Amino acid sequence: MAGADSDDSLYPIAVLIDELRNEDVQLRLNSIKKLSTIALALGVERTRTELLPFLTDTIYDEDEVLLALAEQLGNFTMLVGGPEYVHCLLPPLESLATVEETVVRDKAVESLRKISHEHSPVDLEVHFEPLVKRLASGDWFTSRTSACGLFSVCYPRVSSTVKAEIRQHFRTLCSDDTPMVRRAAASKLGEFAKVLELEYVKSDIISLFTALASDEQDSVRLLAVEAGVSIATLLPQEDLEALVMPTLRQAAEDKSWRVRYMVADKFSDLQKAVGPEITKNDLVPAFQNLLKDCEAEVRAAAANKVKEFCENLPEDSRETIIMTHILPCVKELVSDTNQHVKSALASVIMGLSTILGKDNTIEHLLPLFLAQLKDECPEVRLNIISNLDCVNEVIGIRQLSQSLLPAIVELAEDAKWRVRLAIIEYMPLLAGQLGVEFFDEKLNSLCMAWLVDHVYAIREAATGNLMKLVEKFGAEWAQNTIVPKVLGMANDPNYLHRMTTLFCINALSEVCGQEITTKHMLPVVFKMSNDQVANVRFNVAKSLQKIGPVLDSNCLQTEVKPVLEKLASDQDMDVKYFAQEAISVLSLA
Amino acid sequence: METPTKLPPSSPSSPTTGFSVPSAEKVDGFPRRSMRRARQRRSHSSSQFRYQSSQVELTPLPLLKDAPVAELHDLFCKKLQQCCVLFDFLDCVADLKGKEIKRAALNELVESVATSRGVLIEPLYPEAIKMISVNIFRTLPPSENPEFDPEEDEPALEASWPHLQLVYEFFLRFLESPDFQPSLAKRYVDQKFVLQLLELFDSEDPREREYLKTILHRVYGKLLGLRAYIRKQINNIFLRFIYETERFNGVAELLEILGSIINGFALPLKSEHKQFLVRVLIPLHTAKSLSIFHAQLAYCVVQFMEKDATVTEHIIRGLLRYWPKTCTQKEVMFLGEIEEILDVIEPSQFIRVQEPLFKQIAACISSPHFQVAERALYFWNNEYILSLIEENCQVILPLVFGTLYRVSKEHWNQTIISLIYNVLKTFMEMNSKLFDDLTASYKVEKQKELKKEKERAELWRSLEDQHERRLQSLAEASRNQKNLQERENTTKSQSETSAANTT
Repeated sequence: MAGADSDDSLYPIAVLIDELRNEDVQLRLNSIKKLSTIALALGVERTRTELLPFLTDTIYDEDEVLLALAEQLGNFTMLVGGPEYVHCLLPPLESLATVEETVVRDKAVESLRKISHEHSPVDLEVHFEPLVKRLASGDWFTSRTSACGLFSVCYPRVSSTVKAEIRQHFRTLCSDDTPMVRRAAASKLGEFAKVLELEYVKSDIISLFTALASDEQDSVRLLAVEAGVSIATLLPQEDLEALVMPTLRQAAEDKSWRVRYMVADKFSDLQKAVGPEITKNDLVPAFQNLLKDCEAEVRAAAANKVKEFCENLPEDSRETIIMTHILPCVKELVSDTNQHVKSALASVIMGLSTILGKDNTIEHLLPLFLAQLKDECPEVRLNIISNLDCVNEVIGIRQLSQSLLPAIVELAEDAKWRVRLAIIEYMPLLAGQLGVEFFDEKLNSLCMAWLVDHVYAIREAATGNLMKLVEKFGAEWAQNTIVPKVLGMANDPNYLHRMTTLFCINALSEVCGQEITTKHMLPVVFKMSNDQVANVRFNVAKSLQKIGPVLDSNCLQTEVKPVLEKLASDQDMDVKYFAQEAISVLSLA
Repeated sequence: METPTKLPPSSPSSPTTGFSVPSAEKVDGFPRRSMRRARQRRSHSSSQFRYQSSQVELTPLPLLKDAPVAELHDLFCKKLQQCCVLFDFLDCVADLKGKEIKRAALNELVESVATSRGVLIEPLYPEAIKMISVNIFRTLPPSENPEFDPEEDEPALEASWPHLQLVYEFFLRFLESPDFQPSLAKRYVDQKFVLQLLELFDSEDPREREYLKTILHRVYGKLLGLRAYIRKQINNIFLRFIYETERFNGVAELLEILGSIINGFALPLKSEHKQFLVRVLIPLHTAKSLSIFHAQLAYCVVQFMEKDATVTEHIIRGLLRYWPKTCTQKEVMFLGEIEEILDVIEPSQFIRVQEPLFKQIAACISSPHFQVAERALYFWNNEYILSLIEENCQVILPLVFGTLYRVSKEHWNQTIISLIYNVLKTFMEMNSKLFDDLTASYKVEKQKELKKEKERAELWRSLEDQHERRLQSLAEASRNQKNLQERENTTKSQSETSAANTT
């Protein structure tokens, strides 16, 4: 009987199928997820002749189960006997590619694409391509949608007659009655174009692209934009103007903001695809319009691309184009009414300084940076601060420091703790760029104030920040500026602040090194082991465990061990627990 | 119950007051406040306004009612053309004079179409439809709040509503006018027009959707040639909503229209309509925002059942298939819909679905969420359902007994426990013999279940052992092969190895 003896006994398929048919969905799902185990138990032949037909016939289940099945079948080639039998997997996947639920269908298509590569050219024509054709002419839109994703994988490896058929099917689906299918076709148009011979790209794809780009539904038109970018990369420069540009120009001025948004979103790719000449003549004005679009969504998408667009402009005319065409629009965006637009711009605007160089940055960009540093929306200010390094390289951060400081202070004290948290993250970067002097003078007090913030997440981030600062400025600096203040908090009446001392010590001991830790921090930790609050005491135990590796063994044995032993006999059970844990981790027992 | 051709009395404004009362007086203070806020915040009509190239200065025309009969149509036409000018409503103070002239003109047009006979002559049709198209068809702006939750958040209101409302009112009066001739209108109210009209149902503004609903209903009722097309496009909107975007603001309104359309379906049901039920209406239950349109959806479903009882099984099995797994709020809605269905179910149909149905009901009763359990237990308070259960007690009681017995002992909520006791008592009275048998065998059944579970675990353990061994031997085989440098026929020898392993 089953599995009792060591040699591989045969399981009756019924038992396994019972598992796949269990009433409980969860159990059924578990079984499907282990389908490869079942197949392996059956062996390749019975998998082909018994298991797969069963799976093909019983495809009416919960979508979750079908999804798992679709995924499994993509990895089944070896289990049915290798590439020469891989076509046995097609029938169940074909059914799965027609179900209603998009997730299942997409997974089935993904698996079909995967196993298509394992078909021999002959099998591809005999088994795979007919399946694509059946799907492409299915009654319900789901199968036709799935077919759209399969053309490009079989096209390159079939004969020219079959190729012609495939092109014909794709053409039909591009003008399908249902918008769902047209959307699927539009989204695969670029991919399909890539595998076609150039002559067919020109003769077939262009007309399909033009038609989809002027579809009555904007959801189809916007997908055509992306295809347009792919198509443009395939065509020789001299054909672009006549074949794709009219359509792309029209898309950039589409009456639906969704289409314009898509153009803005794909602008850098588009720019690369069409090359410098068309960029100069067509894309610059189009980009200007997008930056001035009436919908904030479009402006924000375009603003995001400002830096990349400028970077990729042809070098000979880059500066002129930026100064005369782009910068005026950027200036307007700085005072846009919509905060998403402003913050999108703020996340890239600093990058322009490297492109424009020192003089232009000081004259034209600096005023914009300063304006954004004073923006009412904290996200805008944060985005500027987070990209300071770009400017630092070009003009040095000193130019900004006068305005920077009030902006940082304001963010550091923002009423929203998430904003405070975000600025803490940039502190090490700022410190590195502003230098230790400026930092000690202006920012140090902020960093210390965060340690006593009333939100735990801020205190926690503040300790991590201290560690990074010490990494930058060195142990000596730490000993003089930070450590005394941190240790001073050990006497604070508020136990949360006393605990912060311990957390800081945890973070700092390693970067400060053995000497400072033993000499200055350890005595304070020991003193706190007598704290009247149990939370402080068990954090002492945790701290000792943490800083133990930094200390020398003599100190561990003579000083740390007695303290931990005392804590291990504390009346509070948490203190006891953590003390014992520390003892065993530091092997002091 | 209305047929598609009968006009429902649900016009957004009643005919007597519709055109003369300014819109603001008909809404209470609360929405008006939110409207003010919306205007400050939003750029709601900008997408449309952008395409007006040059602003035309409007000059007031003579009043329609003062016009001599001979010039009436000409003047009417001029007013329609005047109303094609669009205004920027984001800037509340821009061109106030022009806005007022257009508002007055629209009011006149509405009044004229609604009250006087013989105004709607053939040449006016294209002009009227053009005026309507220019005003209402626009790309809806992006939602201010990408996570817009129609239940929680306030909708963005259309800034140009003062004009837009009158245009919709005019359109409605136009369609409802006794002079309206479908044969003339169908040249201008064509498929493209209807498609754009349907897209507007995505408007966040509930006032706009309310008008659209009534208008589409009239169009469906009067322009017979468009009916199939309208149904198909609604299908597409729903399918996109279900499987692609999960966002469309007008689902409830479209379902409301469909509710009355379904009512007018001829018998026997065409396969197109059945397909609509099975592939669109039932999957609509999976939507995250079901609560917003569930009432309308359930109504449509029940309409189908009342038309043709043979669809019952499709419906119930469909609902069971999409039964919510984690959202208890939706589960309660499903149970409500099931009760609505059971209320009108034919006993012969009930027998076909009782088994899977009561397994699900049992699962609901054991839900730790007391509202779900409670909703399911309420079925036993429904006399018709109770009579169905009684007739099929032999089948149903064994399905639910185990759950009832177990939950009566361990549910945390006292109300549920007492409800279960009532249900158990009912069953005892229904069939005391069966009840006693089940009580007696409960423990044995439990043991059997445990044993089965053990066996399953055992089976899988040994399967996995074997899996490991096979993988090992496969790995070994491939290593051997490498050693032998036999590069050809890799697959063949591998299958031989595994074939050897199975013997």
